[in-house]
Amino acid sequence: MGLSNPAAGHDDTTTVSAISPNWVTTRLDFLTNWARSNSLWPMPFGTACCAIEFMATAASRFDLARFGMERMSFSPRQADVLICAGRLPFKLAPVIRRIWDQMPQPKWSISMGACASSGGIFDNYSMVQGIDTIIPVDVYVPGCPPRPEGLMYGILLLQKKIKGETFTDDSLRVEKLVGPSGLFLPAERVDELSEPFGNSISQTRSS
Amino acid sequence: MSTLSPSVPALRSEFGPSVERHLVSSGQTIVYVSRDRSHDVLAWLRDTPGQEFNYLTDVTAVEYRDPERPLEVVYQLRSLGRKANLRVKVALDKRGPLEVRSVYDLWRGADWLEREVYDMFGITFVGHPDLRRILMWETYAEGYPLRKDFPLRGHFSRAEQTRQALAANPEAHYSLEELSIADAYGELPKEMQERLAKGERGFLK
Amino acid sequence: MTLRTVEMALATPGVDAAGYPTRVPLGVAPENGGYREDLGAEHMLVNIGPQHPATHGVLRLVLELEGETVKRCIPHIGYLHSGFEKLGEYRQYNQIIPLTDRTDYLSPMANNVAFALAVEQLMGLELTERCKVLRVIACEMSRIISHLVWLGTTGIDLGAYTPFLWSFQERERIYNLQEAWTGARLTTSVTRVGGLMADVPDGWEAGLREFTNTFPKTLQEIDTMFTRNAIWIGRTQGVGALTAEEAINLSLSGPMIRASGVDYDVRKDQPYLDYDSYDFDVPIGEYGDIYDRYRVRLEEMAQSNRILEQALVRLGRLKGAPINVSDPRVVLPPKSRAMSDMEAMIFHFKQVMEGVKPPAGEAYVGVENPKGELGTYLVSDGTSKPVRWRIRPPSFINLASLPTMCEGALLADVIAINASVDIVMGEVDR
Repeated sequence: MGLSNPAAGHDDTTTVSAISPNWVTTRLDFLTNWARSNSLWPMPFGTACCAIEFMATAASRFDLARFGMERMSFSPRQADVLICAGRLPFKLAPVIRRIWDQMPQPKWSISMGACASSGGIFDNYSMVQGIDTIIPVDVYVPGCPPRPEGLMYGILLLQKKIKGETFTDDSLRVEKLVGPSGLFLPAERVDELSEPFGNSISQTRSS
Repeated sequence: MSTLSPSVPALRSEFGPSVERHLVSSGQTIVYVSRDRSHDVLAWLRDTPGQEFNYLTDVTAVEYRDPERPLEVVYQLRSLGRKANLRVKVALDKRGPLEVRSVYDLWRGADWLEREVYDMFGITFVGHPDLRRILMWETYAEGYPLRKDFPLRGHFSRAEQTRQALAANPEAHYSLEELSIADAYGELPKEMQERLAKGERGFLK
Repeated sequence: MTLRTVEMALATPGVDAAGYPTRVPLGVAPENGGYREDLGAEHMLVNIGPQHPATHGVLRLVLELEGETVKRCIPHIGYLHSGFEKLGEYRQYNQIIPLTDRTDYLSPMANNVAFALAVEQLMGLELTERCKVLRVIACEMSRIISHLVWLGTTGIDLGAYTPFLWSFQERERIYNLQEAWTGARLTTSVTRVGGLMADVPDGWEAGLREFTNTFPKTLQEIDTMFTRNAIWIGRTQGVGALTAEEAINLSLSGPMIRASGVDYDVRKDQPYLDYDSYDFDVPIGEYGDIYDRYRVRLEEMAQSNRILEQALVRLGRLKGAPINVSDPRVVLPPKSRAMSDMEAMIFHFKQVMEGVKPPAGEAYVGVENPKGELGTYLVSDGTSKPVRWRIRPPSFINLASLPTMCEGALLADVIAINASVDIVMGEVDR
């Protein structure tokens, strides 16, 4: 679904002098989604090693500017997509929650790296086992750290997701808040993340 | 190869029975001193000409897997001029109080190092100006993470840890030192002043 | 020497014989106790971070301000505490090597080397020549990439965006070499106990030689951009100064302590990996301010380049030499022997199932990481997992000096001073 210019007719030679494209027709959804996906201003919530790969992606070799994302918005109030690049300890959990709450709709989030997606290699007392226990996540980019091409693929997937949205659907823009129990996900879902691995003080076992 | 540091016989002649034992491991000298004179020993090592251990490389602690063995506070010292190293250890019986005198007055670099040992092991450093947790949040309730009776994934369930983490209010997270700023107190929001007056310092109710 | 528009009228009284700006003597403080009085100064408590572009990671600074002047600065850390040391107690020694990548993620190979050296000291292993040369190459490449990040991000903090792109472009060239050698750009895990994960592939030396030939030009460009730049000088000279006694007492290390005039470099004072046989200089500063730290780090990159060139020559002479210790208790025997010889099979089995087992004892090994002295203190009880793995973090100890440096400085200086400490929060918090 793209743009069509009724004044152009079916003639392929549409030079400016030949026709006058003063008006085009399109769906409002297409226009909104096209604008949103091609000018996503990232909120780089960079914590650890993935943040360095994010910086490398933004630098000149893998250039994020061609996706419209070179304007890093360090204020959440002006950001579209929160990219959590790096591991998230429990001490930082209220911070990312607050940053997410401060972002205005429409907003999306990318969980970059294994630690942000699931806790990564840090299955211990201090690490959140995946930021989706704290905030809603749209795209997960695996890797430790993901290659810049991997992150770009994740961004393209997000753009594809945005292009499939419709802005008449209010359910997409509902704020998913922390529940009255004080948790974002139900307690059983959070507990089962580390259940298979047990919790041992015996250090001669494998974990 | 035994490369015993010459500081050991000097320490023995100066402090006698307070120097409990010494050994050489992997070519490095370790001296065990008793807790009551640890500060004197370290001050002597820093100030005496011929020793001049003016650089405190590290302060840490070790707990062994054998529950009978005491906790050890480890001081890694270096003499920059003489290019010599020494490791001084203080053994702390687990049944007694886990405290040792702070060396903040000797080396300012011990400030954060001792705070970290307190945070991870629960060893109190007497005389430290600001002994509070540094890596975990100040009202962390699960215990001291690097102790051997602390399981890898913590004492609480994942859901409980997440709940406690989300309940923290990061903005109200000021230390006592910061709150002692009398002038700025008047500029804190009224609600925060009331909570402080009620004695709240961290996030757990 | 003609001055370009960038090298405007200097903030300093002229240049010396080498072309570097002469220094205004420190201690020229205003009469009112060192504080610059603001008009109508307001007393404030300001919070910077933990999420902030200029804090170089998740660091939280609480500043008590009198107008723009900092009265007190209290850093809060722990926002990236990942429980490395606890995790290490549940992992075999070779399984800890990938963990070391993630503490100081700007110079991962140097951390791998630091940890492996500690285990080898514990076991009393003697490395092969080729392994030592390759580890020196790994350490010096790590020094270059870490200082390049420091340069780029400090430039951004002080308002200069372009060198960030230059330094990241140079880093990409080193990343190509790291990727060709280990398979990963950042999380390299290049060492194993007793040796390395793999030897460098064919043609790798040519890539490194090309880098060492062209890198000095980038350093020259950066030097032209910054060293005589009036804005840079104005913002970095006299800011965040520490005397030598303060630096020693605060246990600083690396460029922080060398900029203050203390000649302490672990590579020279406690040589490891045959560093005493390489020909290189260690830059020492004088005033201990940000400008000296910048000059020290810039010169260190040039010296690292020099070491890399020497190491390349040695590497050429050691073609085909083994990289691993030939001790079967530490290094896996070749597969052909493991399949045919009973003893080799048993060694293989024990290593895979149980891991490397050092004798009971302890060792502390300090190496000269780009950030400072990275120490690894290992306590072993004879099993395959350490009783205690302590990382002596240079950034953690260097960061503790931040309040001392910030008191009396302006708010903008706090950002510059924080940048000059060159911290990486993964190492500060572990």
